[in-house]
Amino acid sequence: MSKLLIKNGLVIDPAASLEEPRDVLLNGALIEAVERPGAIPESAATEVLNASGMWITPGFIDLHVHLREPGFEWKETIESGSRAAALGGFTTVCCMPNTKPVNHNAEITRFILEQGRRAGACRVLPIGSVSVGLKGEEMSPLSELWAAGCVAFSDDGEPVWDSGLMRRALEWAKMLGARISCHEEDKKLSCGGCMNESALSYRMGLNGMPKVAEDVMVARDIELARATSSKVHICHLSSARSVELVRRAKHDGIDVSAEVTPHHLLLTEETVGDYDTNAKMSPPLREQEDVEALRAGIKDGTIDAIASDHAPHEQDSKLVEFSKASFGILGLQTNLPLTLELVRNGTISRMRAIELWTRGPAKAFGLERGTLRCGAPADLSIINPDYHWTLSKELIASKSFNTPFMGRALSGIAETVIVEGQVVVKAHKLSR
Amino acid sequence: MRRHLIGIEGLTKEDIYSYLNNAATFVEVSERELKKVPPLRGKTIVNLFLEPSTRTRVSFEIAGKRLSADTINVGASDSSITKGETLLDTARTLQAMAPDIIVMRHKESGAPHFLAKHLEKTSIVNAGDGMHEHPTQALLDLLTLKHHFKERSAGIEDLTVAIVGDIRHSRVARSNIWAHLALNNRINLVGPPTLIPEEFRHPRLFGEKINIIHDLKTGLRGADVVICLRMQLERQTDKFVPSLEEYSQEYCVNERALQAANPGCVVLHPGPANRGLEVSSAVLDGAQSLMQKQVNFGVAVRMAVLFALATGKTVSEGKSE
Ligand SMILES: [Zn+2]
Repeated sequence: MSKLLIKNGLVIDPAASLEEPRDVLLNGALIEAVERPGAIPESAATEVLNASGMWITPGFIDLHVHLREPGFEWKETIESGSRAAALGGFTTVCCMPNTKPVNHNAEITRFILEQGRRAGACRVLPIGSVSVGLKGEEMSPLSELWAAGCVAFSDDGEPVWDSGLMRRALEWAKMLGARISCHEEDKKLSCGGCMNESALSYRMGLNGMPKVAEDVMVARDIELARATSSKVHICHLSSARSVELVRRAKHDGIDVSAEVTPHHLLLTEETVGDYDTNAKMSPPLREQEDVEALRAGIKDGTIDAIASDHAPHEQDSKLVEFSKASFGILGLQTNLPLTLELVRNGTISRMRAIELWTRGPAKAFGLERGTLRCGAPADLSIINPDYHWTLSKELIASKSFNTPFMGRALSGIAETVIVEGQVVVKAHKLSR
Repeated sequence: MRRHLIGIEGLTKEDIYSYLNNAATFVEVSERELKKVPPLRGKTIVNLFLEPSTRTRVSFEIAGKRLSADTINVGASDSSITKGETLLDTARTLQAMAPDIIVMRHKESGAPHFLAKHLEKTSIVNAGDGMHEHPTQALLDLLTLKHHFKERSAGIEDLTVAIVGDIRHSRVARSNIWAHLALNNRINLVGPPTLIPEEFRHPRLFGEKINIIHDLKTGLRGADVVICLRMQLERQTDKFVPSLEEYSQEYCVNERALQAANPGCVVLHPGPANRGLEVSSAVLDGAQSLMQKQVNFGVAVRMAVLFALATGKTVSEGKSE
């Protein structure tokens, strides 16, 4: 059995409240020991990795990615997406079911799991759909999906507009112990919109997606979770009011978790600029007051996780009139450096930043990962926080290039990424 | 010199007067027996109208022809747009024709910006994009007013302008508001709250100099100019009002409502009008209406715009050559 000793790094493991220099010994696919520097003799290892100047963290977990396979392989595949994930420091990604066919039966779930294993870059965990075909009419076979390996349910991309169906799905998911992840948008309110509704959208003559379209659905799902004592997860929070709704729900003891994307934490609607379709996503970029509220939310624990909502789209679907362009942007390779911007600007500590990518998401979806304690799976990211780089097309492992961060100067990269003991990224390049 | 005319937003008072003064000299051309002048000989103008609009297209076409340009019309039906060609494909096809100017009408806001980004050497004239802007309409409205108020010492400044109707969906309203803001005129936006978002008074849009008034008579009080907007039923504006009957009861600009305005008040309408809905026939055909003049001045304004963009000169410069 191979034993890898990682020396001289700074271990940041929020699950253990640990932020100290530690050496880490891996034994095959498991973590064997986390000890004071020098306490583990090199003779105990078959290989030694010097992590001097690096942070050793649990492998990152992204609760919200779109890998586009099956059905949209020209945008992304499970292989290309999971390679991008590994390069970004992720050892686990949860992929949304809005594929073609939709992940609404065990066969599709097994296919996704198998493709993930074959790609071998990171762990790919499928999210099953709440309704058949994401149509919001009939409930998907939730038990079948759960048994096949889905880790949560969502109709992401679409809200579950039928409140009755949502209630029944929450009750069924509760029986399974599963959480439903909600894309919160009242489509009658956001009707035909393509950016935040504001003075700017009126100025540009674009139909707006008002914040209240998100808020009413967040309120509904919180009340449904309260009424059924079930678990909900609020996807990609974007409005200040929604953050407050989640804060109060948690205060009331409702089992609600929430995520936010790096772009909603860093950008405002002004990024749409001259009708830039790479700044078009759903929910849309909002205003400064929302950015402030979201930052307060990650700071005080209202928001549990950062998630990328990685949404690859081919260039043709973005090189069109703004209102016709696809919604969504890439995220996996920029999540880490963008989150570190929030550490550098003093919004959150580095410990909290890592927590939002590890223990936070693991807890939300009940995943037995996101920690470096002994006996845990050997999923690690070794981060060089001071590596300066510029995002360019050549560095993108995704099949698509739709990101408003192209050309941005970034700091921080995953130097080494280890998935179940296998080194998948070395010197910030894929090792195979 | 500007390469494109995409909006009134960002134009200064001087820019606006420069277009209007040039247009005034072209009004004279339109009154001649031989209505053709040579300055754009050898220039190619493509009228790319991807949203039907006979009136604006014909106006631009006449303007181009009177300046002796070669004008080509491309419409939604005769281009391959309908067969799934993207706007980018269309832009590339047009690039091969090396037009000097593309006049573009499109149902999506930002479409002229898109074209401007992808065509390097061509000037773009926005002939109306979605709910964004329709700059030549605002300029022709101003030219009409300038002509009408020529005896007035302040000309087209120090006016109270009431814009009535579906402001929310109107590119004509936006272009006119920018124009009258540049001229420092008082602006009343008049209509129901569903059709005039409060954001229009936001500092990042038109600011608090704009009045939003929901009562028609109050909104018209003291007005020197009333701009009636067309209810664009194709934009499902009916969803924003209880019924068209109820809308017209509250907001139809008729003779009775107009009594609240200044005695010399004039009425503009970009056309085509829904008679009896946003404006009564008596007003539209009455002495205060300048609607027919708007059509005539439209050609002169468009000649001025095409001339300025194609030559990079003002008219006086052009004449001295
Ligand atoms: Zn979503």
